[in-house]
Amino acid sequence: MTDAAQNATRTRAEDSPLPEPTLLARTLRTLSGNRTGVIGFVLVALIVASAVLAPWITPYDPAAIMTGPRMSPPTAEHWLGTDNIGRDIFSRVIAGGRIAMLVAAAALGAALSAGLALGLIAGLGPRWLDNIMLLVFDALRSFPVIVFGLAVVTIIGPSLFTVILVVAITSIPIYARIVRTQTMALRNAEFILAERAMGAGMARILLVHVLPNVLGPLLILASMDVPLVIATEAGLSFLGMGVRPPTPSWGVILNDGYNFIRNSPWPVIGGSVPIILVTLGFTFMGEALRDIFDPKLRKTG
Amino acid sequence: MPETNETAQPETLVSVRDLSLDFDTLSGPLHALRNVTLALPKGRITGLVGESGCGKSTLAYSLIGLLPGNASIVGGEIAMDGLDLAHLRASEWRKLRGTRIAMIFQDPMTSLNPVTTVGQQMLDIQYRDRSSRAEKRAKAVEFLEQVQIPDPESKLDVYPHQLSGGMRQRVCIAMALLTQPDLLIADEPTTALDATLEMQIVDLLKELQGKFGCSVLFVSHHLGTVAELCDDVAVMYAGEVVERGTARQIFHDPAHPYTQALFECDPGRIREATRELPTIPGTLPDLRRPPRGCAFRARCPHAWPRCADEHPPLYLRDEGHDARCHLLDETEAVA
Amino acid sequence: MSLLEVEDLRIRYPRMGRLRAALKGEPHGFEAVAGVSFEIEAGQTLGLVGESGSGKSTIARTLLGLKEAASGSIRFDGQEITSASARDWARLRREMSMMWQDPVGSLSPRLKVSSLVTEPLRIHGQKAGRDEATRLLGLVGLPAEFAGRYPHQLSGGQARRVGVARALALDPKLLVADEPTAGLDMSVQGEVLNLLNEVQKRTGVAILVITHNLNLVRHITDRMAIMYLGRFVEQGPTEQVFGHPRHPYTEALLSANPEPDPDSGRARIRLSGEVPSPVNRPSGCDFHPRCPHAQSDCPRIVPDWTVEGERGYRCLHPL
Repeated sequence: MTDAAQNATRTRAEDSPLPEPTLLARTLRTLSGNRTGVIGFVLVALIVASAVLAPWITPYDPAAIMTGPRMSPPTAEHWLGTDNIGRDIFSRVIAGGRIAMLVAAAALGAALSAGLALGLIAGLGPRWLDNIMLLVFDALRSFPVIVFGLAVVTIIGPSLFTVILVVAITSIPIYARIVRTQTMALRNAEFILAERAMGAGMARILLVHVLPNVLGPLLILASMDVPLVIATEAGLSFLGMGVRPPTPSWGVILNDGYNFIRNSPWPVIGGSVPIILVTLGFTFMGEALRDIFDPKLRKTG
Repeated sequence: MPETNETAQPETLVSVRDLSLDFDTLSGPLHALRNVTLALPKGRITGLVGESGCGKSTLAYSLIGLLPGNASIVGGEIAMDGLDLAHLRASEWRKLRGTRIAMIFQDPMTSLNPVTTVGQQMLDIQYRDRSSRAEKRAKAVEFLEQVQIPDPESKLDVYPHQLSGGMRQRVCIAMALLTQPDLLIADEPTTALDATLEMQIVDLLKELQGKFGCSVLFVSHHLGTVAELCDDVAVMYAGEVVERGTARQIFHDPAHPYTQALFECDPGRIREATRELPTIPGTLPDLRRPPRGCAFRARCPHAWPRCADEHPPLYLRDEGHDARCHLLDETEAVA
Repeated sequence: MSLLEVEDLRIRYPRMGRLRAALKGEPHGFEAVAGVSFEIEAGQTLGLVGESGSGKSTIARTLLGLKEAASGSIRFDGQEITSASARDWARLRREMSMMWQDPVGSLSPRLKVSSLVTEPLRIHGQKAGRDEATRLLGLVGLPAEFAGRYPHQLSGGQARRVGVARALALDPKLLVADEPTAGLDMSVQGEVLNLLNEVQKRTGVAILVITHNLNLVRHITDRMAIMYLGRFVEQGPTEQVFGHPRHPYTEALLSANPEPDPDSGRARIRLSGEVPSPVNRPSGCDFHPRCPHAQSDCPRIVPDWTVEGERGYRCLHPL
């Protein structure tokens, strides 16, 4: 046996370090000291579950009118009361959650993939291309989302798809910029130089070595952006530029409610509380995720 | 007159007694310092030697209250003039730092503010003085002269990135000494520098320490530098001080097997070219569950059963020289 | 013919844009490496010693094709590589490999050790399964269970071994080791150096060691070259250079890391000042502003390379 091997076996025999904590162990441990993290995960789980199961758990058809008295406060039959034409608010809130999650998933999914691709190109490509892309990103971001939404609505008309399109396009520059910055930092990292010296091609460096290092922080960021997207959806729908009534979006519920707020506060409460819960849930979860995946950033003290 | 210096018992400036410190980690508490006892004498340079993970930097940072948030002192005390530095409030620390205790770091670039001129930074740290701006400026120039920076007046207007690494470390030393502290903590101040610059900084530290008479805690893994600069040496291993003594005692007569092994590994000591270099096989014990007996036992060539069961205290080797090793137990030798 | 023959190699870095340089009437770049020649025989080790900014790492990057040479020639195994095509490089990269300075930072952080060591095999389209990973880890004395770890779970010494295993994966003819002991504790440094010596004995790989640490050079190299400001100041068989340095800079470096002994005291040679910038070279001998032995002609005359038997130096008044 070579000396080196002897040394190594000695290392193995005499040194028995504690096993590195697994992802699950790290998750549980981080959460055990982090009450808001637990709240976040529970809220998000409830919201996603209710969105997925909406058709089965709504007590009434969310579009059905005159399911009971109009403008009813919460009762045993109508947990959140009814609106001005007697629709069950609880059912509409649950169904609206499904729309909100759909918009968030579709818009963020599209923005993430496009932002990732563009960011990698800008970060690794030639300088002039990077400059042009930055210019376009900044130009896109300089439009207020609502103004940009108005323009799109005038052209293709209000619909669920319009909302997704508006949110996706306005989010792409944000993700692309972050990916670009991360990629540029990695470009001169020693392990990337090492790959180049071994003869690895551009595609391999990108997919195997850069992408996995960029993806983690990006996903955490995206989860914290979910409430933003949902608020945008509600906002556009509230203004009549998004989901059209009678489809129950939280924005539509709010809009209907505001018209009759003197008669009953319950439609407004029903439309806004879920937005608050979504915001809290995803923000808390995103912070906890960051702690789990990157303990170095963990707040100490 | 180093001889008289060594025999006379110098006054103690800082006395660390039984200091234990834990880091809270995701997999439980990490016992980074365990019952560290160390005295920093007045007007002398104490070297703190050890390999990465031995706790030498943690000890240094605990002396200036700059520990990370997940650190907690779980036992012992750090006594300095009737104060217990181990249990000081933030406001009390602010009164000590930059006045009685100062520190220089490994990387002089990151310890200077990159967007402010050297001169402005040297004026800013005199904020406690009531003197005029001109007086403060004169003092800054005086201290840049002390650290032998050529043309100090003009250097007040440059930014840190315009200086070389060696010059930046000189500026850091000037800033640390400006308030004439009682204790200067130097955490690997020459590690980032080239060999020829390292010597210059070591010479400078030695000269200035003689001039100002402050105590210095010099943290380093470089044995040659420690031997050259320090009066006293403490060797750390796995969160413990395993050997203490004067530099002569430690380097001429190392008592702890770890100290001996560490010296053997220093290629600077091997005069003959050899293709077979000595190493210390094995690795540090996991400080999340430190071993019951001697921390070095698993790697020690002299280990015997007692080392596994009984944690060695600091046995006296000589006047002012002790080590945590059962081999030094005199009752054992008699038996 | 030697395995690697470098002749009058010059490497430039840009300092400012060409337009701005033309307007200011200054050169737009500077020579980080200014005319360096050396050879490495198969199975031999050459040490390239210098302080930061001496240009030693730049040479390594140029050898590996990561940085272009401005002029001069590099012949590897008889083939000129400064003008090599992309297809030539695909082959050259199998025959030359590199150990990077940062043991952990040069490993892709999201890959397991098993993938990391077999990465070169995969890049060059060879079989890269579990057996290959185990074989390569065995080569550097790491037990197979390390295959499942990630870089951040390795100590510096272990990460260094993974780096060596990966560098040896394709059986290269030349291994470039940039600061092989950087970031390692003293007790582990010997382990890595012994490993390099042992690997060379077994496989006959030629090694170029790049370092600022003379103690290391003494124990693993056959020949050594000392660099200052992008030029060699001295080159020769390691023992001869250690035994009797001819250049004052070599002498100063040799004294920089003495035996740790509080009583050896003032044996170190003190160099005043700092390394000048290669943008503004001193007149005459590059080293004269810091040289303790400088004489009146040193600032005026650029010393030639003097050959003396197996060694050479660049000094007007050699020791």
